[in-house]
Amino acid sequence: MVVVSFDRSPDAYRHWKLSTDGPVAWLELDVDEQGGLVPGYELKLNSYDLGVDIELYDALQRLRFEHPEVRSVVVTSAKDKVFCAGANIRMLAASEHHWKVNFCKFTNETRNSMEDASEHSGITFIAAVNGSCAGGGYELALACDRILLVDDNSSSVALPEVPLLGVLPGTGGLTRVVDKRRVRKDLADLFATRSDGVRGKTAVDWRLVDEVVPRREFRAVVEQRALEAASGSTRPADARGVQLPPLEREISEAGIAYTYVRAEYDRPLSLVRITVRGPDEDAPSSLHAQGADGWLLAMTRELDDLILRLRTNETEMGTWVLRTEGDSARVLAHEQALLSPQGDWFSNEILHYYKRTLKRLDVTSRSLIALIEPGSCFAGLLLELALACDLQYMLDGPPIEDPDSDLRAHLALSEANFGAFPMGNGLTRLQSRFYQQDDHLDWLRREAGQPLSPAQARELGLVTDAPDDIDWEDEIRIVLEGRAALSPDALTGMEANHRFVGPETIETKIFGRLSAWQNWIFIRPNASGPEGALRRYGTGQKAVHDRKRV
Amino acid sequence: MPTKIDYDSRIPNNVDLADDRRLQRALEGWQPKFLNWWGEMGPSLENRGVYLRTAVSVGRDGWAHFDHVNPPDYRWGIFLAEPTPDRRVAFGEHKGEPVWQQIPGEYRADLQRLIVIQGDTEPASVEQQRLLGLSAPSLYDLRNLFQVNVEEGRHLWAMVYLLHAYFGREGREEAEALLYRNSGSPDSPRILGAFNEETADWLAFYMFTYFTDRDGKYQLGSLKESAFDPLSRTCTFMLKEEAHHMMVGTTGVDRVVTRSAQLIGEHDTLDIAACGGIPLDIIQKYINFHYTVSLDLFGGETSTNAANYYTAGLKGRWQEERRGDDHRLTEDGVRLDKPGEDGAWAVDEVPALLALNLDLRDEYIADCQTGVKRWNRILDEHGIDIRLKLPHPAFNRHVGLAAGHHVTPEGTILDEETWEASRRRWLPTAEDLAFVRSLMQPVYERGKIASWVAPPVNGINGKPFDYEYVRLV
Repeated sequence: MVVVSFDRSPDAYRHWKLSTDGPVAWLELDVDEQGGLVPGYELKLNSYDLGVDIELYDALQRLRFEHPEVRSVVVTSAKDKVFCAGANIRMLAASEHHWKVNFCKFTNETRNSMEDASEHSGITFIAAVNGSCAGGGYELALACDRILLVDDNSSSVALPEVPLLGVLPGTGGLTRVVDKRRVRKDLADLFATRSDGVRGKTAVDWRLVDEVVPRREFRAVVEQRALEAASGSTRPADARGVQLPPLEREISEAGIAYTYVRAEYDRPLSLVRITVRGPDEDAPSSLHAQGADGWLLAMTRELDDLILRLRTNETEMGTWVLRTEGDSARVLAHEQALLSPQGDWFSNEILHYYKRTLKRLDVTSRSLIALIEPGSCFAGLLLELALACDLQYMLDGPPIEDPDSDLRAHLALSEANFGAFPMGNGLTRLQSRFYQQDDHLDWLRREAGQPLSPAQARELGLVTDAPDDIDWEDEIRIVLEGRAALSPDALTGMEANHRFVGPETIETKIFGRLSAWQNWIFIRPNASGPEGALRRYGTGQKAVHDRKRV
Repeated sequence: MPTKIDYDSRIPNNVDLADDRRLQRALEGWQPKFLNWWGEMGPSLENRGVYLRTAVSVGRDGWAHFDHVNPPDYRWGIFLAEPTPDRRVAFGEHKGEPVWQQIPGEYRADLQRLIVIQGDTEPASVEQQRLLGLSAPSLYDLRNLFQVNVEEGRHLWAMVYLLHAYFGREGREEAEALLYRNSGSPDSPRILGAFNEETADWLAFYMFTYFTDRDGKYQLGSLKESAFDPLSRTCTFMLKEEAHHMMVGTTGVDRVVTRSAQLIGEHDTLDIAACGGIPLDIIQKYINFHYTVSLDLFGGETSTNAANYYTAGLKGRWQEERRGDDHRLTEDGVRLDKPGEDGAWAVDEVPALLALNLDLRDEYIADCQTGVKRWNRILDEHGIDIRLKLPHPAFNRHVGLAAGHHVTPEGTILDEETWEASRRRWLPTAEDLAFVRSLMQPVYERGKIASWVAPPVNGINGKPFDYEYVRLV
C-alpha cells in the first residue's frame, strides 16, 4: 500500500503550472502521463488522480496565503485541444472502493474550497476551457465562477459518466449543473446522458458555459475577463503574502507527531488518539509578524494534514478520539486576536482555513469522540472540535493519573461558537446540535465567556455524559470497544445522517445525496461487477446490465 | 434489383431522394452552402472545363462517364453501392444479426462521431490543395488535381447525406459545421492534425495522395464493414473513387523518381538539383514526413474507442469477413513493441480488441511497402543502387506510444538532443521545401511537362498525354 503524502511545493509540481501576473494567477493543468500516484495507469488527456488533485489543493492554499495580491485565477490547460478529461477511469476501475470514495471526497473538498475562496477571499475563478472538457474536467470548471469555452466547432463540455461508465459525475457535477448554474432539469438530463457533450452556442443557451470565444481571441478574452474580475475584488492592494513552509512531523509505527498536533495509534481498538495542543504563548500583537508560525495557522495546517493522511493511509482506524491540552484563556485570547482586526486579509484566511478544516472533520467517515479532561482547552474555536464529534465525554473529577490534583476539566463557549465556523449546511455546530431550539441557543449565548464545569456542560447539553473519576476509565473503554464492534458502513451512514440536520446546501447535497448515490452505484454489479460498465470500460466489451430498477 | 440513379434531379442520387421530401429539403438547403464553400475553398484556377469522370452508376461496369465539365457545375451526387441481400453483421456482439437500416439509439452518438470525423477529412484535403492549381506540372496533372478535389467533394456529400438522413437536427448542424471548420484555420481548424497542414507543392501532393489518402482507404475499408448498412454501402462506393486518388499518388511518385533517375544517369551525379530535378534524398525525406504524419491518423496503437466501435459493430477490421477468427476478439492478445525509458524496445501483451488501430495500421504499412518496391524497381532499371524506404513506424510520431520518444528512421531510440541534431537528414528542411517550391513553375501547354517529373505512361480514359485535359481561360 502506498503511503500518500500531501506535501507539495509549486517548484516541484508535476501536473500543474502556477504563475502569477499582478492580480491574475494562471493555474495551467499539464498532467504528466507517467506521473500517477500509484502504478498501473497512465494519466492521458489531462486526466487526474489523487496526486494531481493534491497539487491543485496546494496551489489553492498558496494563492490564499502566499499571494494576497491575486484577485482572479484562470484555470486552464497547457495542453493543446484538451482541457481535462476528468478523473482517470483506469485508476477508478482498478481502485478499491474506499480509495475511490476518499479520492472523490478530497476532490469535492478541493472544489468546494475554490468556491469558498470566491465567496470569502474575493478571488474570482475563471475556467478557460480551451479544449475538450469531460466529466471531472467539466466539474472543475463548474467550481469556477465563470466558464469560457473555446468556439472551434469541436471543443465541447460533457458529463459522459452515465452513458459511458454507468456511474455519476461525482465531483459535484449533477448538483452544480442544476443548483449553481440553474440549468433546466430536462436539459441537464439530456446533457448528462449524451457522451459527446454540448458545444458552441447551445452550451451557452443551456447555461452550461457563460460564453464561447473564437480560438484566436481566446487568450485575449480570458485575460480581459480575468482583469475585469480582479478589478472588483475585495483583496488588499499592497499586502505581503505569508509563506507556507513545509510541515515538520515525525512519523513512527506508533503515530504522527507535529508541533501542536499528535496522533497515537491504538491498532487493537482500531482507533487513533488525536491531541491538539493549545498555544504556548500569549496572543500575538501581530499575526502577520508570526506568519505561518503563529499557533492557529500552524495548528490548523497540522490538523488538516493529519486528517488527510489518516483518511487516506489509515483506513482501518475507525474511531478518532479527540483531546486538547493547554490553557483555555490563552486559546480565547488567540481567538480574540484573530477575530478583532476586522478586514485584515490574513486573519480572514486563517479563520476560513480553520473553518474548512472543521468541515473536513464533519464529512470524515470515522466515529469522532471527544474526551474532555482536566488540562484540556476546549474553549471557543477549539470547542468546535468537540462539537464536531459524534459523542462528547467529560471527566468530572481530578486527572486519572493524579487523584490528589485540584485540576478539573472545563469548557468555554465564545463568540466563535455562534457563527464564525458554519458547517456545510450553513448552520453553526451549536445550531445543528440544538436544531430549531432558539431558547436553548439563547441560554448558551448567556453562558459564553465563562468556564463551564462538567455538571454545567451536561446540563447545557454540550456533552453526552460526564462520568466521575471512578467510572471514567471503564465508561470510556466500553464506549470505544462497543464502537469498534459495530459495522463500519452502518456507522458511517448513521453518523453522516446525524451530523447534518436542517437545510440542504450545495455542499450537503454533494456530500450527502450525490456521494451516497454515487457510492451505492459504484459497488453495484452494473458498475463494478465483472460485466459492469466501470470494469468493462476500456476493454472494448460492453457492459451487461441487470435491468431491474431498484 | 439494382438501384436506379436519378440523374435528372438537382442532386443526382440512387437513394430515392425524390420520394423523401424531408431529406430532399434538407440537402437542397445544404447545397448552396456547399457551393459557396467550393467557390471559396475549392481549386483556385479559372478554366472553361476539365475532363472529369462523373459517377453515373454504381454497378461493376461503366460506372463513370468522362467529359469536360466546368467544376462548379459538377454533378455532386449521392451514391450508395448496391445492397447485399440478407447482409448480416460480421463481427462484434451483434455478429450474425441482420444489419441495421436505421441507427440504433444506443449507438447514435458514436456513429455520428465516426461519420463527422470521416466527413471532416474530405473537404479538408480540398482546402489543403487549394493553391496547387497555380503550379501544375502539366494539364494532365492539373486535371487529376481537379478530379481528386471534386471526388473529395462528393465524399463530403456522401457523409452529409448520412448525417441528414439518419441523425435529425443534430446531424444537420454537424453537416454545416463540416463547412465552417477549415484546414489550418486559427479559429476553427479541421479535427485531425494532418489535415491542417498546407499541401505546399506537387511532390507533397503526390505523397499526400499516396500516403494520406491511403489512410482514408483503410478507414473507409473498416467503415465498409459497419453493421449500419447505409454507412457500409456509402463507403463501398467511396472506395472505388478513392482508388483513383491513390493511382495519382503512386504514379505521381513513380514519375518523379523516373525523372530523377533519368537526370542522375544523364548527368552522372546524384546532385541533380542544378539540372531541375529532385534529388533522391529529398524524395526520401518527403516519404519520411508524409508517411509518419499519416501513421498518426490511425490514432494510438491501443484504443478503447476502436474497441468499443468494434464490439458494437460500428467499425470492423480491414477485410473483416476474410479473417479466420471468431470476429469478437474477446479472448485474443497481441504483442506490441513500445519504446522504453531506458532506450531499449519493450514488448507488451495487450488484448487484441484494444489493438485494432494497430491491426489496421499494419495492413496499411504492408500496402505502403508495395509503392516503395515500385519506386525502387525504377531506380534499379536505371542502374542506380540507392533504395528508398519506409522509416520505422516509431519515427517522428506525435500520436501513440512513440509520441514523445526520439526514434530514428532505423528504429534506434535516441535522446532528444541527438535526434534533433540529425533531423535535417531525415525530414524536409526549410531549404528543401524552398528548393522544391522553386521548381513548381506551371506548365499549361498541351503535351508539355515540367523539368522535374516524367510524363505519365498512360493518359486518362485512353486519351493521349497531349490531350487538352483542361481548357484554360
